[in-house]
Amino acid sequence: MSLKSKSISSKSSLNEDERLKKISPLRVLLNRPELGALGGSILVFIFFGIVAGDTGMFSAYGMLNFLDVSANLGIIAIAAAMLMIGGEFDLSIGSMIGFAGICIAIPAIYWGWPLWMSIVFAFAMAVLVGYFNGIMVVKTGLPSFIVTLAMLFILRGLTLAITRLITGRTQVPGLRVLIEDDPLAWLFATDTFKWLFAWLGSLKLIELRTDGTPLATGIPPSVIWFIALTLFATWILMKTRYGNWIFASGGDKIGATNVGVPVGRVKISLFIGTAVASTIFACIQVLDAGSADTMRGTLKELEAIAAAVVGGCLLTGGYGSAIGAAFGAIIFGTVSMGIFYTDVDTDWFKVFLGAMMLIAVVFNNYIRKKVTESK
Amino acid sequence: MSDYLVQFNNISKFFGKVIALKDVTMRLKKGEIMCLLGDNGAGKSTLIKTLAGVHKPDEGEIIFEDNKIVFDSPKDALDIGIGTVYQDLALVPLMSVTRNFFMGREPQKGIPFLKTFDVEKANKIAADRMGQIGIDVRDPSQAVGTMSGGERQCLAISRAIYFGAKVLVLDEPTSALGVHQASMVLKYIVKAASEGLAVILITHNVHHAYPVGNSFTVLNRGKSMGTFQKKDISREKLLSMMAGGEELDKLEVELQEMDRIHNKN
Repeated sequence: MSLKSKSISSKSSLNEDERLKKISPLRVLLNRPELGALGGSILVFIFFGIVAGDTGMFSAYGMLNFLDVSANLGIIAIAAAMLMIGGEFDLSIGSMIGFAGICIAIPAIYWGWPLWMSIVFAFAMAVLVGYFNGIMVVKTGLPSFIVTLAMLFILRGLTLAITRLITGRTQVPGLRVLIEDDPLAWLFATDTFKWLFAWLGSLKLIELRTDGTPLATGIPPSVIWFIALTLFATWILMKTRYGNWIFASGGDKIGATNVGVPVGRVKISLFIGTAVASTIFACIQVLDAGSADTMRGTLKELEAIAAAVVGGCLLTGGYGSAIGAAFGAIIFGTVSMGIFYTDVDTDWFKVFLGAMMLIAVVFNNYIRKKVTESK
Repeated sequence: MSDYLVQFNNISKFFGKVIALKDVTMRLKKGEIMCLLGDNGAGKSTLIKTLAGVHKPDEGEIIFEDNKIVFDSPKDALDIGIGTVYQDLALVPLMSVTRNFFMGREPQKGIPFLKTFDVEKANKIAADRMGQIGIDVRDPSQAVGTMSGGERQCLAISRAIYFGAKVLVLDEPTSALGVHQASMVLKYIVKAASEGLAVILITHNVHHAYPVGNSFTVLNRGKSMGTFQKKDISREKLLSMMAGGEELDKLEVELQEMDRIHNKN
């Protein structure tokens, strides 16, 4: 009976596709990896809008505050997401942040290098570290979890040992005075759209200090980097040949190799990507604080991976999105800052982070089954 | 100019002391489907990898369109037009039909250094190609994981043909498929051959091989037991030539014996 009705209906609509099941727009949305993180972000904003709407969290200053935190995390989360789509992990992100910090600070303060040269040096070291991670994983076939866990310890240890050897302490201050007139440092240390904030301030639309200048002076560099990297990574993933290779390398290494995808090169470049993103993170933070700290970036690798997972990346690789990771970072950044505006003890943030990640993984798993569901 | 499109003459491959292949010869004309039959361990996988350029033969020669060829890598084999579809198909279930179809060979557009993956063109080609084999890809951006086994097999074959295969090497294309799906794949293989491709169909399933094959090469313990034209050999003869044949006969006798004893009691 059911067979009969099927064949009749298929004949009646020859022009359309008789086997085209009506797919609801919701289903199409569900198939996008970033849906969970987008929904999560909206929920988080609604929640804080209700709980902390009148506390100043959503004033210009408050918003820039949590956007800054989100953006910093987002910079490394996007790189971590791309690497995860490529089928690997990088646990050395946090240590690389600390390492890059002293690669900038020690040459600039102790060796008298111009700041721009130290920054270039830090990026060069990042490329080396990323290349080493990549080549180790590709050549030995060891899980990247192990290789980069080793690198986590090595880099953190190196950072501590070298800093104490050269400076006798674990912090290197005194960078702030070097930022002015440096041809490169402004990239990581300049607030933008100051005119806009000044103008808004003059109209008394945003909060002012007692001296009449606006409390929020401009968009912090982290936010600009964050937006630029999200767009760049999305363009790569969706619109370039290299992006397709990333999905292929993570989805099925052997299959991709068999059809001519240079899997090794793709993975190595992605490891370089996470190390470079860590260095961007380090540049922004070190130049903002004016000092490098050997412990900077501790545990950031796990937050980055958590944001990527909440953003829809599968732990097995081959699936995910940069936009998702960006929203994952926004969720974490917003909650970590927003919690100060509520009566909730900030200790609860980590509970939230863990629970969020667990929910995300269960959700992603379900989505993957849906996506690959056989007819 | 010989009649043959491709000739594999006296191919041998050794792994240390193990003789994986010894003096295997296969010659194919355009439009011919040669079935390579053999039980597990007969050396089929080694032979495929030798054809695909993964292994270099220790003895023997490969002649393609009258030129002697030496493959240094799988890419060399691909470049001259030997397209191999492995059992695992080299498809990523989570990726779309289009992204799989063009995996590793994406069409690009735009200016140098800012070249983009031409998704529209790729979608169109992928849908066209699949349409030609009667597989209606409703939406080329749907994940390959949603396709049936037979459709995936056809996608992999169609991809190999699109990228210039003149000789198709198919590794057990029907082994994981049900009857309906298998016949869909076999039909496509016949169609590809009728368009001038030479096809080497590797299988241990005589029932799938016999209807579509023009000639049959039987491999047993690394050696070729000869190549037979379809008119010269029956399905039963082929089956018994594969290592399992005699054993199946023996099994049958044993079963009858058991039956007899059982009935007596």
